[in-house]
Amino acid sequence: MLTAKNLTKKFESGTSELIALNNVSISVQEGEFVAITGKSGSGKSTLLYQLGLLDKPTSGEIFLNNKNVTNIDDDARTRIRLRELGYVFQDYATLPALTALENVMLPLLMLGEDKAQATKLATKALESVGLGPRLHNLPSQLSGGEQQRVSIARAIGHDPAILFADEPTANLDSATSQMVLDAFLELHRDGQTIIMVTHEPEYAKLANRVIHLTDGQITV
Amino acid sequence: MPIFKYLRHPQEFATSLKVGLFLALRDIRRASFWTTGLIIVVMTLTFLNLVVVSGILVGLIEGATEAVQERYLGDIFISTLPQRPYIDQTPTLLKSIENLPGIAAISTRYTTSGKLEANWKVSRPPSNLPEEVGTTIAGIDPIAEDQVGGLSERIIEGEYLTADDYNEVMLGAMLLDRYLGFDSVSFPSLKNVQIGDKIRVTIGETAHEVRVKGILRSKVDEIDRRVFFNAAQLRGIIGRYDYNADEIAVKLQDGFDPLEVKRAMLARGVDKYAKVQTAEEGEPKFIKDLKQTFALLGNAIGSIGLVVASITIFIVIFVNAITRRRQIGIMKGIGVTGTAIEFSYILQSLFYAVSGMLLGSVVVFFVLKPYFTSYPINFPFSDGILVATVSGTAIRGGVLFIATMIAGFIPARIVVKQNTLDAILGR
Repeated sequence: MLTAKNLTKKFESGTSELIALNNVSISVQEGEFVAITGKSGSGKSTLLYQLGLLDKPTSGEIFLNNKNVTNIDDDARTRIRLRELGYVFQDYATLPALTALENVMLPLLMLGEDKAQATKLATKALESVGLGPRLHNLPSQLSGGEQQRVSIARAIGHDPAILFADEPTANLDSATSQMVLDAFLELHRDGQTIIMVTHEPEYAKLANRVIHLTDGQITV
Repeated sequence: MPIFKYLRHPQEFATSLKVGLFLALRDIRRASFWTTGLIIVVMTLTFLNLVVVSGILVGLIEGATEAVQERYLGDIFISTLPQRPYIDQTPTLLKSIENLPGIAAISTRYTTSGKLEANWKVSRPPSNLPEEVGTTIAGIDPIAEDQVGGLSERIIEGEYLTADDYNEVMLGAMLLDRYLGFDSVSFPSLKNVQIGDKIRVTIGETAHEVRVKGILRSKVDEIDRRVFFNAAQLRGIIGRYDYNADEIAVKLQDGFDPLEVKRAMLARGVDKYAKVQTAEEGEPKFIKDLKQTFALLGNAIGSIGLVVASITIFIVIFVNAITRRRQIGIMKGIGVTGTAIEFSYILQSLFYAVSGMLLGSVVVFFVLKPYFTSYPINFPFSDGILVATVSGTAIRGGVLFIATMIAGFIPARIVVKQNTLDAILGR
């Protein structure tokens, strides 16, 4: 489903060069729950951004459903992110001017759904993460855990092929973290492909497969 | 080229516009009331600057033009043909036009040149020149003249002439030193002439002693440099027993087109004996030139206002977009197109601009224009009004609309074009 071959990502700062990913190859099958772990600065988030088409690698190739998507233009990347991918960011990344319902409706409207259908699908997604009673609340009126669940609902509302999560529990207490992870497990049970970055080994254990990064290279 | 991109994905473009509207409406609805209010006030003032400054400049001249039309020319002005000393067959001509549809009033004027002399009875050293002024003497029917030009309302001292007055005159204010306000060889004036004083009017070789009954100031030079007699007396003085006049001013009833009435006059052969002009045609060329000059000045000042408005919107949208850089990154990250985001910012800019324009238009058409019509600005040479036509205002609004659209688009474009991941991570 998703394959990366020999991915390398370098950052240049003045005369110095930092290699964040060094010749990484990975393949994710449909329905898999993959956890990417590693210490801070190991390159796990960088790998997620390359796989999720939010960034371009310095070298290497990425294939999505056997199509090479490494060097497609920004518009095509946006289109793929909209149709095929879903994202849960570390700090919720909800849009403050939109209610919980509108946050989830946004990608659906962008996909061309009419308002009624977008409302219906967004409501269903929010109810699936336990936010049925908070549909019309603005993010500022929600707790951190609730905002993260809005983010999850937004990521799954349009039924993406792959769900990417970048340390989704990093800013949450343990009880709320468990609630978020339970939501991920339930999605996985329903066949959702998930790639999650985490630095918590116990959360990584919930995945089918764990990829450990050290200094930009896969070590497990 | 973005246009080709849209042609390749028309459905996506339409969806982007829809989502842009969705985002813009929510951003506007949930923005701070005071911030939105302040931006709209700035846009209102900018719009007023565009419309009112040029409107006052044009109105300054328009006021003068309207005064000439209302108080001197009337809606149609009939004057002598070239090479003729007066309007031949005036009584016949008057009969042929007085029952035309739309005629409200007709004032027939007799004019001649003459000399005014004050304090001629006072002894003066031989080296001192006599105090005298050469000017136009006009004979009017006071009632008809008042019906056409409302001159009785322009009396600033003394009284308006009546039909029975004999050896009584009204003086235009510019003939008097105290109203002229400046010393000029080109504009000689009389000093210390008061109501009730006798002055000497010399026409040809004959001098007449007359009493000053009234002084009028109309802000129309042709009136304010004249001496007014009763027509009957002046006709006698100049021997115009055939009643042939020099000027005829015609006032029309409201709603009648001067051009149509002029055509009717021409159809009755008036042009055989006189030159017939609408007030607009009779407007002196320098007035037309002045109007154009002031309109240009107004537009130049308005252009500066437009630049200020564009910069204001640019700054507002740029600050808005920069402070939401991360949100824009997130939107792009979850698949919202740059077009949708840009369109939402353009719509927000247009909301500010259109609100400002609407509010500004209400102020212009329901507050300022009626106010300046009732209380014109008292310029020395005209009663300044505010000239703001619906079409002219709409054009200025349209220009502001386009400028705002561009000023809203550019900053949004700058932020949208930034790297998505950098925007999300705030780096």
